[in-house]
Amino acid sequence: MYTVADLKKGLKITLDGDPYLVTAFEFSKPGKGQALYRTKMRNMITGTTLDRTYRSGETFEPARLEERQMQYLYKEDNHYTFMDNQTFEQVQMSEDAVGDAKNFMIDNIQVDVLMFGEKAIGVSLPNFVNLRVVQTDPWVKGDTSGSDSKPATVETGYVLRVPPFIEEGEMIVVDTRTGDYSTRVKG
Amino acid sequence: MTANWRLARRHGALRARARIIQEIRRFFIEGGYLEVETPLRIPACAPESHIDPVPADGWFLQTSPEICMKRMLAAGYERLFQISHCWRAGERGRMHVPEFTMLEWYRAGTDYRGVMDETELLIRFVAEGAGFGGPLSFRGKEIDITAVWERITVRDAFVRYGGITMDEALERDIFDEMMVEQIEPRLGIGRPTFIHDYPSCRSALARLKKDDPAVAERFELYLGGVEIANAFSELTDPVEQRARFESENAFRTSRGQTSTPLPEKFLAELTAMPQAAGIALGIDRLVMVLLDADTIDDVVAFPPEEL
Repeated sequence: MYTVADLKKGLKITLDGDPYLVTAFEFSKPGKGQALYRTKMRNMITGTTLDRTYRSGETFEPARLEERQMQYLYKEDNHYTFMDNQTFEQVQMSEDAVGDAKNFMIDNIQVDVLMFGEKAIGVSLPNFVNLRVVQTDPWVKGDTSGSDSKPATVETGYVLRVPPFIEEGEMIVVDTRTGDYSTRVKG
Repeated sequence: MTANWRLARRHGALRARARIIQEIRRFFIEGGYLEVETPLRIPACAPESHIDPVPADGWFLQTSPEICMKRMLAAGYERLFQISHCWRAGERGRMHVPEFTMLEWYRAGTDYRGVMDETELLIRFVAEGAGFGGPLSFRGKEIDITAVWERITVRDAFVRYGGITMDEALERDIFDEMMVEQIEPRLGIGRPTFIHDYPSCRSALARLKKDDPAVAERFELYLGGVEIANAFSELTDPVEQRARFESENAFRTSRGQTSTPLPEKFLAELTAMPQAAGIALGIDRLVMVLLDADTIDDVVAFPPEEL
């Protein structure tokens, strides 16, 4: 249990049944008035932010969050299914919760799934993943347009800019933090 | 030994702070004020609902020097100022340290309006003398201290910035929240603001207004959204003052806080106190605004965590 005076930036608490990340926190006291604690919090499931002001004496439950190593199995009806590496238990996550990570979600990829109790609420990817290019225009030798990149679609449907020499069917390395092309997989 | 870099980095701020304090002293000495030192550890502070004194060997560290300074007024000292440390338990934040520096001054024969005028003169004098003569920039906003300072009642501020009446805010018990969220951030932007005539339930040690006893002759000064000072036309009625102290204590007890002893000698001598007005000004915060410092930690030698 935290009291409101224990709150600080980065702390995770449970509020109205959801996990929230404290993103800003300030102690205020108007002249001769009571101590007030002004907070900004982000719902870790929906991403919406809240501004709330609390008086001293308020208490909060910490958000019990845990990361579990899992393997991505398949997608069905906007739900992604993962399997716990240790227990083989399967959990499902909504497309919203997967977020941008869906661009890199290839079969059998190993990820860290963030659990709030029994609920899977987020996924952390490795920094780099290998993805196969399924569509890109051929490189025309002697192209004088001066363009140093071209669009390419990878197996997950994600589209990014790649160097002109990348060809269909090739494997490329993508940085999942930025979504950018990193290098070609030498094979 | 490695150097304390955080402390070393404050060199410029602490030099400026020293100059500001020296200018404050010069202003009052030139104005015929007597600089006094009253004890920091006292048997009783003025009981306040939301201010917790720090106990010290059976007595308390002062939350403000007002009790002793008003006893001096009652004994015939007419112009007094003091720069001293004050302690308030549990107050820590970007604008708060539990031990801070207060400038407190009192003048017999005037009221809170007289102190408003004097506060303007002081801050202009200090800013100029300490090398902050031009328009100040604080947190990206300009404050022109040479412009005519704004004076707004608490009532008007609630309507203008909060969209509800002061009475409604009190009734719904959201007065402080409204102040912190809606009103304070808009005070003292562009030019300094005095917000005055606090509701009588927030009168503390201020006398009520004769022609409108729903409010007290109390003001606060804001610069750039930051509360800098609190002032009263002093209440000189010991019966009313005792009743207020007792109700502050009753509030504390009802919330499970300790009640604090009454300053009996002060109450006994209050009858002899002349009509006077006084003000408490937070020096750390004034320095913050003048230096455009982000937190109070930047303008004190040691925030508590570094001790």
